[in-house]
Amino acid sequence: MPVLARWIEAAGIPTVVVTMMPDLATKLFTPRTVGVEFPFGHPFGLPHDAVMQNRVLDEALHVLAGADRFGTRVDIDLEWPIPRKEAYKAWQPPEPSPITKWWIERNMLSR
Amino acid sequence: MIVDSYRFLPRSFRPIYEDPQPDGIDPVWTPFEKRLSESRIALLTSSGMYLEGSQDSFDLERERAEPTWGDPTFRAILAPMEAIGLAHLHISHDDILSDPNIALPVDRLAEAAANGVIGEVAPQHVSVMGFQGASLEGWREMAAPGIIDLLHRDAVDGLILAPV
Repeated sequence: MPVLARWIEAAGIPTVVVTMMPDLATKLFTPRTVGVEFPFGHPFGLPHDAVMQNRVLDEALHVLAGADRFGTRVDIDLEWPIPRKEAYKAWQPPEPSPITKWWIERNMLSR
Repeated sequence: MIVDSYRFLPRSFRPIYEDPQPDGIDPVWTPFEKRLSESRIALLTSSGMYLEGSQDSFDLERERAEPTWGDPTFRAILAPMEAIGLAHLHISHDDILSDPNIALPVDRLAEAAANGVIGEVAPQHVSVMGFQGASLEGWREMAAPGIIDLLHRDAVDGLILAPV
């Protein structure tokens, strides 16, 4: 996704990436980044929580329109309201993805 | 506060994400020159969202057969999103199907337009399936030019991308 942002930005359209992995976005040289400490699949927060979704969207709009330099990163100070263990399980697919199975078969995941 | 990028990632996946290979390191920058309240804003999700009934799903069968391959096509998402489908084998679909706004906040963006925070919502948004496996060439050759063309035709002033 950071690479798409870079290509689109280079084509003349300002971009901001809202991401659970802002470290990764920064390492991939995203023009503008908003970080959220949310489980995967939830960049704008909890379902049916318009307040939380608005908080993230407002920050994204603010950074999109207001950042004055390449590489701007703003992290949102919001804690996920569901216990980590539960949220960690809940975001994952019902069965491991094909690439995860492929990595496991080849012992490519660290222990 | 600094976000912990690995808080919800399985520990065994961490090395895969710690040392990514950038496609480019040069600063790419387009200044946002208009007032936000006069700007047209679009959204992009990597959740593999598509419009059920009028669009094909992303190709999950080929991904199952070739685990290092991910469908590099894109979908234009037009409101109203009456029936959405999700084609993404790497996340649970439950919460996004319950409220698509957590991945593609079209209702929140419409409220921002109604409140005068932004000028208007773009006529269509964009969806890709974020898992691209071993290669970004499909995105580079097909999806990116198509998405850029769509955004230019719609005179979009700014894009919010949200990977899942």
